[in-house]
Amino acid sequence: MEIMLTINNQKRRLLIEPDEYLLDTLRKAGIKSVKRGCDTTSCGMCSISVDNKLVNSCSYYSIRAVGKEILTVEGIPEEAGLIADFITAEGAEQCGFCSPGLVMAIHSMKHDLDDFSMENIKHYLAGNSCRCSGYEGQHRAILKYLEVK
Amino acid sequence: MGVKKSIPKIDGKGLVTGKPAYTDDLSPQNALIVKVQRSPYAYAEIMDIDVEEASAIEGVKCILTYKNVPEGLFTRAAQGYPEPSPYDKKILDKYVRYIGDEVAAVAGIDEKTVDKALDAIKVTYRQLKPIIDFEKAKDSDILVHDHDRSYSLFDIGHAPDRNLASSYEMEIGSVAETLRQCDVVHEGTYYTEANSHCMAEPHSSSAYLDLQGRLTIMSSTQAPFHIRRILANILMMPISNIRVIKPRIGGGYGGKQAVHGEFFVALTTLRTKLPSKMIYSRKEVFQSTYTRHATRTEMKIGAMKDGTIKAIDMNVLSNTGAYGEHALTVLMVIGAKSLPLYNKVEAVAFRGDVVYTNITPAGAYRGYGAVQGNFALESSIDELADKLDIDPVEIRIKNMIKVKETSKIFEVMGEGREGTPMIIESCGLDKCMAVCLEKLHWKDKYPRQVIDENIVRGVGLAIAMQGSGIPHIDMASCILKLNDDGSFNMMIGATDLGTGSDTILAQMAAETLRVPVEKIIVYSSDTDLTPFDSGAYASSTTFISGHSVRIAAENMIGEIKRAAMRHFNTDVVDFDGTLIRWEKGNISLPELAQILYYSENQEQLVSSGSYVSNTSAPPYMVGGAEVEIDKRTGKVKLLNFVAAVDCGTTINPNLAKIQVEGALLQGIGMTLYEEAKYTSNGHLINNSFLKYKVPTRMEVGKIHVEFVESYDPTGPYGAKSVGEVGINTPPAAITNAIKNALGIRIRKLPVKSETVWAMLNEKRQD
Repeated sequence: MEIMLTINNQKRRLLIEPDEYLLDTLRKAGIKSVKRGCDTTSCGMCSISVDNKLVNSCSYYSIRAVGKEILTVEGIPEEAGLIADFITAEGAEQCGFCSPGLVMAIHSMKHDLDDFSMENIKHYLAGNSCRCSGYEGQHRAILKYLEVK
Repeated sequence: MGVKKSIPKIDGKGLVTGKPAYTDDLSPQNALIVKVQRSPYAYAEIMDIDVEEASAIEGVKCILTYKNVPEGLFTRAAQGYPEPSPYDKKILDKYVRYIGDEVAAVAGIDEKTVDKALDAIKVTYRQLKPIIDFEKAKDSDILVHDHDRSYSLFDIGHAPDRNLASSYEMEIGSVAETLRQCDVVHEGTYYTEANSHCMAEPHSSSAYLDLQGRLTIMSSTQAPFHIRRILANILMMPISNIRVIKPRIGGGYGGKQAVHGEFFVALTTLRTKLPSKMIYSRKEVFQSTYTRHATRTEMKIGAMKDGTIKAIDMNVLSNTGAYGEHALTVLMVIGAKSLPLYNKVEAVAFRGDVVYTNITPAGAYRGYGAVQGNFALESSIDELADKLDIDPVEIRIKNMIKVKETSKIFEVMGEGREGTPMIIESCGLDKCMAVCLEKLHWKDKYPRQVIDENIVRGVGLAIAMQGSGIPHIDMASCILKLNDDGSFNMMIGATDLGTGSDTILAQMAAETLRVPVEKIIVYSSDTDLTPFDSGAYASSTTFISGHSVRIAAENMIGEIKRAAMRHFNTDVVDFDGTLIRWEKGNISLPELAQILYYSENQEQLVSSGSYVSNTSAPPYMVGGAEVEIDKRTGKVKLLNFVAAVDCGTTINPNLAKIQVEGALLQGIGMTLYEEAKYTSNGHLINNSFLKYKVPTRMEVGKIHVEFVESYDPTGPYGAKSVGEVGINTPPAAITNAIKNALGIRIRKLPVKSETVWAMLNEKRQD
């Protein structure tokens, strides 16, 4: 079926299967920042923003996103670049596969949280897993980034 | 110029901002989707496969079964040739040996078509009784490799008629005799579980034919050159007709040091002439790649009353599951990278069997046996100290290896064959110990702090080592090319799987050439375009590939000077990274390059370097844990982990630190949460992130990593490896801390709350 989606402020006419998830639709549409890390909505590597809400795109039907604003890392180049500077300054991206999802989670966290205590940050980002870094470097980077912001 | 600087990874920003970089991102858009039908039984013979209906489905392009693929036996392990792993695997076989083993592969135009075809394949199985319990596998009536002609390329103790993938033994001195002379002997048996790597990116590969019809494979592999060789051998194609490209990899930790989907995409593309790709599902990653080897280690360790350790006996049973990938080498590392820590013993023995069972195979995983060995050894040291009533720190300081010493183990035990004698040229264990004790506030906290009637805290520690590459086996190489603006292309076989090796190798080239790192343009891991490298494993890249870069850069300086001497018709020039000076003046490198490429005596300056080591400088560390236990529930919380590390020079301190932090958390996961658990009929229970528990950021306590000042003269710029050593100490350090807190000794990983609680109650009743 054909649907119209708004991806990173651009209207895109896309051919999808009725039971298709956004992760697959986006990747087919060339948005490669969105990664598949699992089959059980557990890893957060496909995190994107839909109408300013952080969602796992692997479990969000594409058809549901019609009329909504879909945002991926490609749509926030400046903000993503700045977050990337802080993460890479700590060396905390390592393999980088989970990073775009983490960046989107940080993007949403700034809207959603009032109090950026370490406890709150950890809790908010708990669904964004990383096997390389041990998280400490990510947390150092996030705290420094939030200070600047 | 380059080294000892925490510059960001050169590819970091691109990765974080989501640029297409990984295999699935870069695979051809129209690639056929390849998926695999997998065995529902732990052990069965395929009596018949009917693919007629499946083949007729529109959009299905290729179906592979054991009937139509090359029959040759091989090992999936991506190791140097001849591999020390048994040849016990076929691309597809008439026998399936674990739940998840490959039965058939289907390629089609999209996933739905392929799924439909997979459902339509009719397989008739004759079920066989599986052997699941690895402690009953040796000499069992059930033989996992009864039906093939599996063999090894040289003697690795492979005995399929006894269910042995491999076995090994050695003894230095007489352990039995020396133990008899000891005042105190500790005996204990320690178990570690199978763990899954849980790298972020599932195993991925794609294939296409290039303009000349050559097979091009893109793969998330840690060892592209070995993959090319293994494919060529089994597909009976010349190596020259295969190109393997490794793009960015989403983590590996050893899990991608093997052939995984490459055969299926290769055969699909060779037969259909169409591009194809195979991306593992997470369930497949858990079930059908491989895990860490689960082990049982029986220890005997004897000492005199003054704490002098005189003899160690280590007897290992390792579970390799259905196939023997990395079986012998992981087994040998269990001893070879733990026992030399106590090098002053009079006698030491190591024995081990690696058994086949009908579960997911085991293979390479960070630590590669050293972590299993460390858990047994470093737990035993604390238990021995306890028996002797000696401080666990004191007994270690008294007995541990020191600089300029050696261990007979280095000479006797290598990886898959005898080792290499080696004098330790740097060993910061003493400094690491001091740092760890200080940062952990050991004096104030040892052995325990009682917070209230329910909450107790304890501290414990362990020492560890690893290696830096495999001497006389691992080879790495580098080619440098001067560009007309004075920059350099650096082509390296080394495989960056997220570690940052492209970056630190650029730093080393920049250091030698005395140019800014930005002048080094790195291209790595492409069998057509980069020179050979064994691959990213055995903690070899910094040490082995690093030396090859250093040599290539030194040779490039020679080339630059030679070209300048010819141009200025002089015998003496000097190059300081910026200017080339001769007696009558100077010229900048870009100016010389311009002349060389456009003006006169035109020539391309190219240099190369290749390196094989005759040593493997061990990095060392001391890891200390502070745990808090709630006696009502048995719940263990890790409050602090302090890691003091000697990896020689840290080429990039930030990247080194992250390597250790990441390894520690994997070690902590292995200690407290992670186990691949099978039912009695061989079904893997935890085959998803919902059921297999890796630590999230919520579980991270405080991790403190500190590097001690160290320089190893055998390493490039004094560097040793850092990728693996960090994983080794958490199991023993944490269980030693639990012992110090509660008085109970846990000898089986992972440490579960219910185990702690039950042991506490048992103790209360005593």
